[in-house]
Amino acid sequence: MLGRVFINGGINFVRNAWLSIAAMAIMVVTLSIVLFSFIANATFSHTIQEIRDRIDVSVFLLDSVTTQQRDQLIGQLEDIDNVRAVEYISKDQALADYIELNKDNVDLQLAISQTENPLPASLRLKLHNPDIIDQLKSFLDTPEIQTLQSDETSYSGDRKEAIDKIAKATTFIRQAGIIGVLIFACISVLIIFNTIQMAIFNRRDELSIMRLLGASRWYIRGPFLVESLLIGISAALISVGLCNIIFSIASGTLDASSLGLLDINYASRYFEERYWMILAIQLGIGIVIGVTSSFVATQRYLRLRDTK
Amino acid sequence: MILLDRVSKAYSKKGGTALERISLHIEPKEFVIIVGASGAGKSTLLKLLTREEKPTSGKIIVGGIDYERLHDRDVPRLRRRIGVVFQDFKLLPNKTVYENVAFALEIIGVSTKEIRNTVPRVLDIVGLKDKEKSMPLELSGGERQRVAIARAIVRQPKILIADEPTGNLDPKHAWDVIKVLEKINRYGTTVLLTTHNQDIVNKLKRRVVTITDGKIQSDEARGSYNL
Repeated sequence: MLGRVFINGGINFVRNAWLSIAAMAIMVVTLSIVLFSFIANATFSHTIQEIRDRIDVSVFLLDSVTTQQRDQLIGQLEDIDNVRAVEYISKDQALADYIELNKDNVDLQLAISQTENPLPASLRLKLHNPDIIDQLKSFLDTPEIQTLQSDETSYSGDRKEAIDKIAKATTFIRQAGIIGVLIFACISVLIIFNTIQMAIFNRRDELSIMRLLGASRWYIRGPFLVESLLIGISAALISVGLCNIIFSIASGTLDASSLGLLDINYASRYFEERYWMILAIQLGIGIVIGVTSSFVATQRYLRLRDTK
Repeated sequence: MILLDRVSKAYSKKGGTALERISLHIEPKEFVIIVGASGAGKSTLLKLLTREEKPTSGKIIVGGIDYERLHDRDVPRLRRRIGVVFQDFKLLPNKTVYENVAFALEIIGVSTKEIRNTVPRVLDIVGLKDKEKSMPLELSGGERQRVAIARAIVRQPKILIADEPTGNLDPKHAWDVIKVLEKINRYGTTVLLTTHNQDIVNKLKRRVVTITDGKIQSDEARGSYNL
């Protein structure tokens, strides 16, 4: 009995090929939007986290600061909640870093080698949350601490502003993605709903004969549910397949930086690592959308045609 | 077998009643002809029996099933116990004769093996053994109606309802169909036939129930056509 229901559903899927393709196409669009929003969201979050990790605060020390003073300062800084790590960069280390950074600039290197090391020693602070620096700032601004410092503290201010902007943009993109997904999901449900209604209309004679011969509701409804199940499954496979193709082309032709914030390599890796989970989610969404709309469409038909 | 007790049916509150306090008792294995002008209420009566319509008031009991207590989800099971033949045949045009008859068994979950056994036998009863592979459109009206009868009786129902089965047929083919119905009745099936065909009613000499304006005008054991 169940076998017949599945066979009939499969036959309908093939017989209504054009309607099935239309429904499938719109479902592919919906699922692709879901998939891309999902991956883009993960990628943006990853990028922002990476940039945030690079934010640090540098406290520059006078050459006259003694080891004891320095250790005391490090201890005080470490007591501040928001400070995750304190790293001491000596004058020599600072110079070595500077030379390494400018190794292509021969003139600059020559100039540096002829003078005494002009770079101050510093403490590089890593923070838990770069957004909260008030406590740290007031500590560093106390006159007692100020006397140990050679330069203005660097708060990576410019970078932080840029990061805030990106974070805002990401939130916007995420919200737009959710709205887009919802809109397309609705369209998708309506179109599949319509497809099944048209299929019901096309086969109304057969269905009324089935009812008069005493076919159960599930025997009548089953093939339509199977049909939309097949639409959902095919759409999910196509959407994941498309994504696969796009990533393999994109990661070959674009390098990581060419899309700015959208690190295509990370996105591609993210997709590959979670391939089966993504496929399962896509299949789940496809099946739920398909079967729900078909369920409602057949429910309406069955209710309309019940005994008066 | 069939009991209607003061059954009325109104389609809308404003409009007149299609059936008014109809009471009818049909014994098992009876062959009953229902006659009446168009719109008299014959089809409504049959639709009440197949539960395509619900009565506005009154009691219907068919084969021991009280329709008042029948839940919607049990309607399919009821319909499997009643064979129905329609004036317009209601065959599936894209299926062969064999498939059309087999369809009635498929939808109730009969095994393919049993279907292969049963269908040819039933086609033999209605005289269409050699037309198994034909499509409905290749058959004459009479043959199509016999396919429909085969489909209606393949599940061996206790009751066969034939709603003007000869309405679209010429006299010769009409008689072919009536003969098949008589044969089925001889096998023990209760037959309920509605018709406009005066000749058939008069020659059959069976019980005739005449309906006029939704009421039973006469009910005679060996009746004739008197509209």
